[in-house]
Amino acid sequence: MTNQSLPMPHSSLNDRVPLRLRLAQRGIDGVTLLVVPAALFILLLFVYPFLYGLLLSVRPKAETAGRFANYVRFFSDPFLYDTILTTLKLALPVTIINVLMSIPVALRVRLLTRQRLLTTILVLPVTLGAVLVAEGLLNYLGPQGWLNRTLMTFGLISSPIRLVHNYWGVFIALIIHSFPFTFLLTLSYVTGIDPSLEHAASTLGAGPRARFRYILLPLLLPGLAITFCLSFVQDFAVFPSAVLLGAPAGPTRVISLAAYQAAFEEYDYSMASAVAMIMGFVQLVIVVAVLTSRGLFYRGPAGGAKG
Amino acid sequence: MAIRLRAFERLRLDNVSRNFGTLNALKNVSLDVTRGEFIALLGPSGCGKSTALNCLAGLLPLTAGSIWLDDKRLDQLKPEARGFGMVFQNYALFPHMTARRNVAFGLMMQRRPKAEVEKMVDEALALVRLTEQGGKLPGQLSGGQQQRVAIARAIVVQPPLVLMDEPLSNLDAKLRLEMRAEIRRIHNLLGSTTIYVTHDQDEALSLADRIVVLRDGMVRQVGTPEDLYARPAHADVAEFMGYRNLLPSRATASGDGRMSVTLGSATLMGTPIENVGSGDATIAIRPEDLTPGPDAPISAVVETAEYRGRDFYGTARMPDNTELFFRSDRKVASGETVHLGADPARVLVYARPAA
Repeated sequence: MTNQSLPMPHSSLNDRVPLRLRLAQRGIDGVTLLVVPAALFILLLFVYPFLYGLLLSVRPKAETAGRFANYVRFFSDPFLYDTILTTLKLALPVTIINVLMSIPVALRVRLLTRQRLLTTILVLPVTLGAVLVAEGLLNYLGPQGWLNRTLMTFGLISSPIRLVHNYWGVFIALIIHSFPFTFLLTLSYVTGIDPSLEHAASTLGAGPRARFRYILLPLLLPGLAITFCLSFVQDFAVFPSAVLLGAPAGPTRVISLAAYQAAFEEYDYSMASAVAMIMGFVQLVIVVAVLTSRGLFYRGPAGGAKG
Repeated sequence: MAIRLRAFERLRLDNVSRNFGTLNALKNVSLDVTRGEFIALLGPSGCGKSTALNCLAGLLPLTAGSIWLDDKRLDQLKPEARGFGMVFQNYALFPHMTARRNVAFGLMMQRRPKAEVEKMVDEALALVRLTEQGGKLPGQLSGGQQQRVAIARAIVVQPPLVLMDEPLSNLDAKLRLEMRAEIRRIHNLLGSTTIYVTHDQDEALSLADRIVVLRDGMVRQVGTPEDLYARPAHADVAEFMGYRNLLPSRATASGDGRMSVTLGSATLMGTPIENVGSGDATIAIRPEDLTPGPDAPISAVVETAEYRGRDFYGTARMPDNTELFFRSDRKVASGETVHLGADPARVLVYARPAA
């Protein structure tokens, strides 16, 4: 085909919308450049370390070993692969309990006029940090702590109950430390639900239970799924309380501890990277599972009116 | 028609009050409603009309007073125990349920058999002409359709009383007129009793059997639309009912039940509504009743004139700078001097408000 067979070759060139406008139509313009710093940030602080770790994990310390030697080692040594289950046994119940507890608290707090004061009090444990919470609990829950002494004074128990340096110490610390985070997320989802929906349900004969079951819960579930994921990831990475309040040699030997030991006790960064990769994979599996089931719920706006 | 509304004879509000902190949103409101009536609660924003409706629905507790349905006291009951239907200003449709399930919700709460629920929902959707849209989520419906789902949802439970809180305020002008007719049609068809809150006097006049005018939480006047239109009981009600000329004046009693009132240097005859005696007064005239005539007493200079199809509506200023709103059959131009007057029956004389 020659140029002459085209009806108006020149004007068709001139009619072409400039690249800038075509990009703008797809939502790409000067403002889009503002995404660059954030993208760089993610690239440098997340993608690069991740890829570096991934590569490191398939280059075992022992020169002679195979490419996946670290992974083979992890899944053949119960001392290592049990850490997955140990961590899940802590993180899953703690996250579920926190999400469940946060719902009634958030539903109540939303009606308070002094919301900010209560929120501040609840957020305090987060700002104090896990170490301070762990130290406090060590004193409070220890064999000579207030709790045991009080219970013994009232004759409720005859000898101190063991709440530190075992599973329950970490469990309690983790609940205390991650509840505020879970609560704040849930609160934001709860307050996003138009109160007139509940009013409408009540004029239609729905009592508090029915209103929760048919109106609030279905509208909250997608948000609760997100809350669960974020809290779970946080809880899964438990480290300070597992060391300080737990029994790091056995019942609370969590996966982050295994990575720590590989890196700083065996100086095997390659193995530590492999553990970190496995840790990330387990988190990913849970998060993807939860978010996929989220697709089953209603996900539109939680308002009653046309937006 | 299988949708039958539960019957009652009389709804009575007895000295209902509601305070928010130190603010009295409702002050000793008393009202009697008979079965089948369409009552409009009318007033400017902040007058307490929505508060009154929420108190009736049970969404707000009363500070004082009582509410009775025949001889049953209602005001201590929770909203779910009252069984009134309510249409909210923002419709408050459940966003995660289809239109059908929204309408079925109240019936589901009454634990009716499934077949019966289906049948009643079908009827309610047919009544609001939404049979086709039943499977859609509220977000997929237009404003007018959402509105009708909200109405169907409220009436399908066969409430003795239907409460509507400015249900048309979110719609455009054309849809508002259509839905207005629709609401009245449904009311007549079901023989329901409706209490309708609005700030739009046209809506109240065209829909209601009786209008309750509220101001500052108090009932100012209760009457038929004709009463309110022709003889507002107070100057502030008159202002709200479209008497745009609300002018300070001095009144003198004359014979035959009329009064002679002054307006600047002009004198005209009026009809006393409140007990005025002789002295300071406020006169109220609708713009459409103030028209130019050869012998009319008030002379004023036209400032603006708008053509409204059949006639002109304009503003004019008297020598003492008083602004008048008037109507004219013939074309008037700004700068022109007109002589304005009104039928004595249409010049209402009120006592000068204390403020």
